[in-house]
Amino acid sequence: MSLASQSLCSLKRQLQSGEISSRDIVEDVIDQIESRDKSIGAFLSFDAKSALEAAQHADLSLPLGGLPIGIKDNINVNGEPCTCGSKFLENAFTAPYDATAIQKLRQAGAIPFGRANLDEFAMGSSTENSALQITQNPSAPGHIPGGSSGGSAAAVAGNLIPATLGSDTGGSIRQPASHCGVVGLKPSYGRVSRYGLVAFGSSLDQIGPLTHTVEDSALLLNAIAGFDPRDSTSLNEKVPDYAEGLDQGVAGLKLGLPKEYFTEGIDPGVRERIETAAKTLEAQGAELVEISLPHTEYAIATYYIIAPAEASSNLSRFDGVRYGNRSENPQDMLELYNQSRAKGFGSEVKRRIILGTYVLSSGYYDAYYLRAQKVRTLIRQDFQNAFEKVDAILTPVAPEPAPKMGSATEDPLKHYLADIFTLSANLAGICGISVPLSPLNNLPVGLQILGPHLGEKTILRCARSIEIAQTSVD
Amino acid sequence: MADHAIDVRYVANLARIQLSDEEVERYGAQLTSVMAHIEKLSEVDIEGVEPTYHSATSENRVRQDEPVESLSPGAFLANTPDQSQGQLRVPKVVDA
Repeated sequence: MSLASQSLCSLKRQLQSGEISSRDIVEDVIDQIESRDKSIGAFLSFDAKSALEAAQHADLSLPLGGLPIGIKDNINVNGEPCTCGSKFLENAFTAPYDATAIQKLRQAGAIPFGRANLDEFAMGSSTENSALQITQNPSAPGHIPGGSSGGSAAAVAGNLIPATLGSDTGGSIRQPASHCGVVGLKPSYGRVSRYGLVAFGSSLDQIGPLTHTVEDSALLLNAIAGFDPRDSTSLNEKVPDYAEGLDQGVAGLKLGLPKEYFTEGIDPGVRERIETAAKTLEAQGAELVEISLPHTEYAIATYYIIAPAEASSNLSRFDGVRYGNRSENPQDMLELYNQSRAKGFGSEVKRRIILGTYVLSSGYYDAYYLRAQKVRTLIRQDFQNAFEKVDAILTPVAPEPAPKMGSATEDPLKHYLADIFTLSANLAGICGISVPLSPLNNLPVGLQILGPHLGEKTILRCARSIEIAQTSVD
Repeated sequence: MADHAIDVRYVANLARIQLSDEEVERYGAQLTSVMAHIEKLSEVDIEGVEPTYHSATSENRVRQDEPVESLSPGAFLANTPDQSQGQLRVPKVVDA
């Protein structure tokens, strides 16, 4: 079993007993990527020299001492490129600082390693919108890895690196985790600083871990969570030890099954696995409760107003003036903006900027944006009401397993509709985790466990129970 | 909210993205179907509901107005496509 394929916790034990060194792990990660990533395409680039140097100085007494962590290519790491999967920033940007999550990783002893592929500016759910590279699903060759953190999920599932960071605006950690068969956690809004994450939807974005195990997920969350004065939406709340109490089990917990989530659009095989997982937890002493989230049917429309609106504003910074690729010989400023953006952005990014600009434009703001923000309140209240009755909610992550590569149509609405189970968590600001169940026709399927705001400990505990039950089945 | 057609060229100009005729047509058709779905929101009774601009419950926070260390001019300019004399350079904005 290669070092790159092992869990953080297992590697940590071997490091501390002196069986292996941090350099051994980093060298194996480099070997694995060089020999196998050509066919996966998880990483856009990596800096072997600086990683090996960091391994040389690793402080093994720290929680993540000497462990390499792959980074989605929209999170700034000082001195490394940050392309966001876009032509706009390809070969045209070197991050001049570390994101707070990266600083915290370093403080915990970890080695940020490589740049993982993504849908351009994190817009998409297949990683096929990357303007730079195709990423295959290592657990299901010929199928998409999901997205937008497809490179981060594929890197872990393909055993190229023990763990990665991704970002989640509407499901971009949980859905690729589900499609690739790894654990993906979206923390509560405000739990992890967004400073240094290239902003997409600022009221929705969160950074989170993709890992082999639930315990690794907790370990990484321990490192990156916490208050940051440089992110005005970061919460000044105590960070508990997320790894503590993972094995408490689910006895006495009330787990909700939202009736609106088990509808016709869902693959019968996926539905059956979610129901089996729920029964597994029931057999371990949890109580299953049918709940209602009545505004579920409005979540997609709400999200696809708010996220593009915020994106259209956030992406205005990519104007060709301060960084990124500038169009050649612009005659005036307008031409510089218009052509740099025309050349730099791919189709999905342009579509969303146009949609976002439209819903914010004069005369439409109240009808679309303001109305969506009010419906968002109702969606949040649905969850608040539900969490008065239950401790966590069980749902599918995606309506079906990973589709085949290239089956994407040019119908964006069809893709948007597949985000139904994940994006409500971002609108409501709550936390969610995807944990692998047994595959369906050899395609990974994940269970989503949603928890209340700052309820990460509860969902990690439930996910751990599922993981243990799965291991005994497999 | 009844008319779903977006004047794509006008909006793209607001967003400072030059589009080809083909793109205008393609995005127009695609966004019309997205807007038709978004129309669903008009069914919701939002009377008396406050908007949620972001989901964390904390209040707006501002820092003390004190100078803190920031990027050096050199680090800032390292990524600029064009610079001169320690400043960003862009096409002429005003006529002499």
